[in-house]
Amino acid sequence: MSVVADSAAAPAGATDMVSVRAVHKVFGHGHDAVHVLKGVDLDVARGEVTVILGPSGSGKSTLLRCINELEEITGGSVVVGGELMGYRKDAKGTLHRLHPKAVAKQRSRIGMVFQRFHLFPHMTALENIMEAPVQVRGMSKRAAKQRALELIERVGLSDRMDHYPAQLSGGQQQRVAIARALAMDPELMLFDEPTSALDPELVGEVLSVMQDLARSGMTMIVVTHEIGFAREVADHVVFMDDGVIVESGPPSAVLDDPTEARTKDFLSHVL
Amino acid sequence: MSSSKTPASGVDPVPNRIQARPVPRPGRLVAAVVVLVLAAMAANALITNENFRWDVVWLYLRDVVIVRGVMWTLILTFASMAIAVVLAITLAMMRRSDNPVMRWVSWVWIWFFRGTPIYTQLIFWGLIGVLYPRLSLGIPFGPEFFTFRTDDVITAFWAALLGLALNESAYLAEIVRAGLTSVDPGQTEAAKALGMKDGKIMRRVVLPQAMRVIVPPTGNETISMLKTTSLVVAVPFGLELTFAAGAIGNRIFLPVPLLVVAALWYLLITSILMVGQHYLEQYYGRGFGTATGRRGKDKGPGGRQAAIAAAGTVKEDVNREVTP
Repeated sequence: MSVVADSAAAPAGATDMVSVRAVHKVFGHGHDAVHVLKGVDLDVARGEVTVILGPSGSGKSTLLRCINELEEITGGSVVVGGELMGYRKDAKGTLHRLHPKAVAKQRSRIGMVFQRFHLFPHMTALENIMEAPVQVRGMSKRAAKQRALELIERVGLSDRMDHYPAQLSGGQQQRVAIARALAMDPELMLFDEPTSALDPELVGEVLSVMQDLARSGMTMIVVTHEIGFAREVADHVVFMDDGVIVESGPPSAVLDDPTEARTKDFLSHVL
Repeated sequence: MSSSKTPASGVDPVPNRIQARPVPRPGRLVAAVVVLVLAAMAANALITNENFRWDVVWLYLRDVVIVRGVMWTLILTFASMAIAVVLAITLAMMRRSDNPVMRWVSWVWIWFFRGTPIYTQLIFWGLIGVLYPRLSLGIPFGPEFFTFRTDDVITAFWAALLGLALNESAYLAEIVRAGLTSVDPGQTEAAKALGMKDGKIMRRVVLPQAMRVIVPPTGNETISMLKTTSLVVAVPFGLELTFAAGAIGNRIFLPVPLLVVAALWYLLITSILMVGQHYLEQYYGRGFGTATGRRGKDKGPGGRQAAIAAAGTVKEDVNREVTP
């Protein structure tokens, strides 16, 4: 609610929250090298929701993981909130790799939600949400708990806060995972197929939490196969295939009137 | 609840319950009888054999030198395990380090201490005063500031303790490494994505989950260590149980009953450790016996561990090294 709205308040002058330029990602070396991203450009404005669609293996998840430095990019640049990710550029234009501590700090401003939740199984729902504020921000346990209680209420799980992840359904786990990411007051949220591991009847509860979040003004990049969500919530839809962005634009254009044959083909299979 | 036979109402809910004769298995009965007879013969041979001198065994079982030997054995066991655990965690982390020198040093350490007999290692620890008569602190290849006589610093006890600990650290390092690798990499990623630093990720996220895999075999290693301490005679360190019993046995010309005394003490301590091991394994909920109610509010002992087990973020079937 208010907390997220605060964090979404733009620092002066910044227009783009995320600016991805000519990003290449190659896994492995030599003969085993796999070129996953082949020059991707993506801009996401503050407060905007971008949905990335595309067949599996098209590089959507890799792109997401490159944005918060879980993967090191091979070429190009990623700028989040006006800050170059992972590197420092000196006066001569030479890149210097940032110290892992600095990278960790950059990541702490970006929330991420995973397909398989990845909640910490040895901590209760509440402890999961409190963990990063206490351990990363050095917040007092009391303040962190207060904040966690607000967040868990926001995702509608106040009655489950003392449960361990294994005692929660997939949908509930994913909602806790969203609350855990929000606890760091991120200025950007990344969702990597957040509903793909859920039973069909549990997808709705997660999507509705995400929709509320979008309404509150959070900048979001969502990799998903939920076309309905893209149509309803996205400001911007990006279609990726084979490591490049094939087509992008407002949902009405990309989803209802695609120009590229590959987009049409993909949508005919999903819709 | 027992659903078979007749319920409280007295009416069988299964009207056509099968009443069949079991498959005849005469072989089972025969095998059981044969085994029992053999066991009785073995027990008889043990008890009635005069050579064991059970009276002497009983007399020396409570001898003050023997009991002191037990104390030293326990001190060696637990102190060496404690040192080994600290070393092992360090070695396992070095093994996973980005720094190739660290990885290599850890690998060589494990290779060496696992690859040579503990007995030989203990002999060398005992000889260290001969091999290096003086130890000194100073600048490597440069001037020395302090110099000690090795025998003053590394007494027989310390030689024995270090010998056991360093050898054990190599085995435990592999157990710790297996534990660390058994944790789902997604856990590290999630922690990274939250902005946690590597050290915090290890302490707060990975190690607590790895303990499920690490602790039970470490209990097993402790039981193994209890008996390995008998090898410190190679140093020689002469106060622990086996050496003490052997010395008495030689003095009174009755080595066999004294060996039995030592064996009985080892059996007793092992039995106690086994009970501890049992509870440890129960707590860490190995296997699938400890089912958690999916929604049950399970915060009792083992609740946290059971939750990790149920979450399936730790692979249970990792190959573990076991000391021979």
